[in-house]
Amino acid sequence: MNIDIDCLEKRFGADRALHPVSLSIPSGALVALLGPSGSGKTTLLRILGGLEFPTAGRVRFDGCDATGLSVQERRAGFVFQHYALFRHMTVFENVAYGLRAMPRKTRPGAAEIDRRVTRLLDLIRLPDIGRRYPGQLSGGQRQRVALARALAIDPRMLLLDEPFGALDAQVRKELRRGLREIHDSTGLTTVFVTHDQEEAMELADLVVVMSMGRIEQVAPPSEIRAKPASDFVRQFTAA
Amino acid sequence: MPDVILVPHRDVTTEPRLVRGLLVGVVLLLIGILLFAPLAAVFASALSEGLRASLESLTLPEVRSAIRLTLMVAAIVVPLNAVLGIAAAWAIAKFDFRGKAVLITLIDLPFSVSPVVAGLSLVLLAGAQSSLGAWFAAHDIRIVFALPAIVLATLFVTFPFVARELIPIMIEQGRAEEEAALTLGASGWRTFRTVTLPNIRWALLYGVLLCNARAMGEFGAVAVVSGKIRGETTTMPIMVEMLYNEYLSVAAFSLAGVLALLALVTLTLKSLLEWRHADVLAATRRH
Repeated sequence: MNIDIDCLEKRFGADRALHPVSLSIPSGALVALLGPSGSGKTTLLRILGGLEFPTAGRVRFDGCDATGLSVQERRAGFVFQHYALFRHMTVFENVAYGLRAMPRKTRPGAAEIDRRVTRLLDLIRLPDIGRRYPGQLSGGQRQRVALARALAIDPRMLLLDEPFGALDAQVRKELRRGLREIHDSTGLTTVFVTHDQEEAMELADLVVVMSMGRIEQVAPPSEIRAKPASDFVRQFTAA
Repeated sequence: MPDVILVPHRDVTTEPRLVRGLLVGVVLLLIGILLFAPLAAVFASALSEGLRASLESLTLPEVRSAIRLTLMVAAIVVPLNAVLGIAAAWAIAKFDFRGKAVLITLIDLPFSVSPVVAGLSLVLLAGAQSSLGAWFAAHDIRIVFALPAIVLATLFVTFPFVARELIPIMIEQGRAEEEAALTLGASGWRTFRTVTLPNIRWALLYGVLLCNARAMGEFGAVAVVSGKIRGETTTMPIMVEMLYNEYLSVAAFSLAGVLALLALVTLTLKSLLEWRHADVLAATRRH
């Protein structure tokens, strides 16, 4: 699914989190929103997911206006910064949550839910943790469970907010590869937020550099390095 | 070969044995004097003429009506305040709006205002002298010196318990889990039922138990608004006072004993629940 962002603006009172920004994300791309804190990257991601609504502008999914779609209607697989796993549910119940929340007509039966959750836990290479609680998992395991939970609803796109932010360097490298593999095998349009330029450059097909609520440059990693569009991009990606 | 020097095991946060013993002793003594001794005295006085006399005193019609009234008031007030408390805590913890600080202060108001003042203000508002009271009287609805006023006064006095328990835990938990449920397609109501409520259930239970204990034990506000009509608007605490003033000490202490037992039962219930769900509790708290 391709995503078109057209003159999107977001104000919180008098503050502008996003100046009008426009961006086109091709279907199946793996895109990084890169910028320092306060650059508006998380706000943009949350608007795509339907967790915030823009003050002005349009969002289109596959050419259809999606600006007013509710968070439930968007069907975006969202991975939160600290994963936001349901702490009182087992890993199995966490992953099954989106399936159980489906309207009665389309909701799969118990056996089908069981099968799909098992398949997802296999996909994230944690087949044996279904009965554990989130509190009993390591940071890397939690991140993968959050990914499996987001994939369970058969999402139209994958949105990740600092997916590697809370992990140590070793695990981070491993999970980057994991995300790349999952992206390649599902073909989902994937957008992730990061403040780590190395992460963005290594993982993404397309990097969107943001600063102070504006988009500074949109380009593949190699081009960002070779031809930075502004002093800010040069400095931020050199760091 | 050099000698191995053994160092005795030490724990930085542990005090010397003498200090520990002293502290534990002081706490036990205080608990004994402040909690256990009064409770024992109540039961001793209740049983001073034997169990039979004590139980018989509880069958007096006005005593039975007092027990009934108190249970009824608690049954109305506690669910209402649980719902109101959840609503208030939800609004404060999950949303930003103008006047939030004022609302937080207002929630604490019943704690800082004397219950007698609360009762009096209710009498002034809904009593026969006020226009509101006159309107109710004209429509033959009794507020003051009847069940509605007792319920309203108890509602006011016990309002903060549930909200106070929930606000800090809801603020700490933030909005992320609810947002996650919404992105997974859950409706607002389903999110509340399957994510918000389970996350606050222990704090809610604790708040409800405190609210219940206070609702059954409230004296000051109810004393003012109930008019103390014997066998009609006398709740258990007020009946205890009346019996005591009439030198019916066995009856007074027996009823006081029932009140204390009700409190002990709720506390036991809470401990039992915590014990039964200890494994889930431990797993979810570590997160």
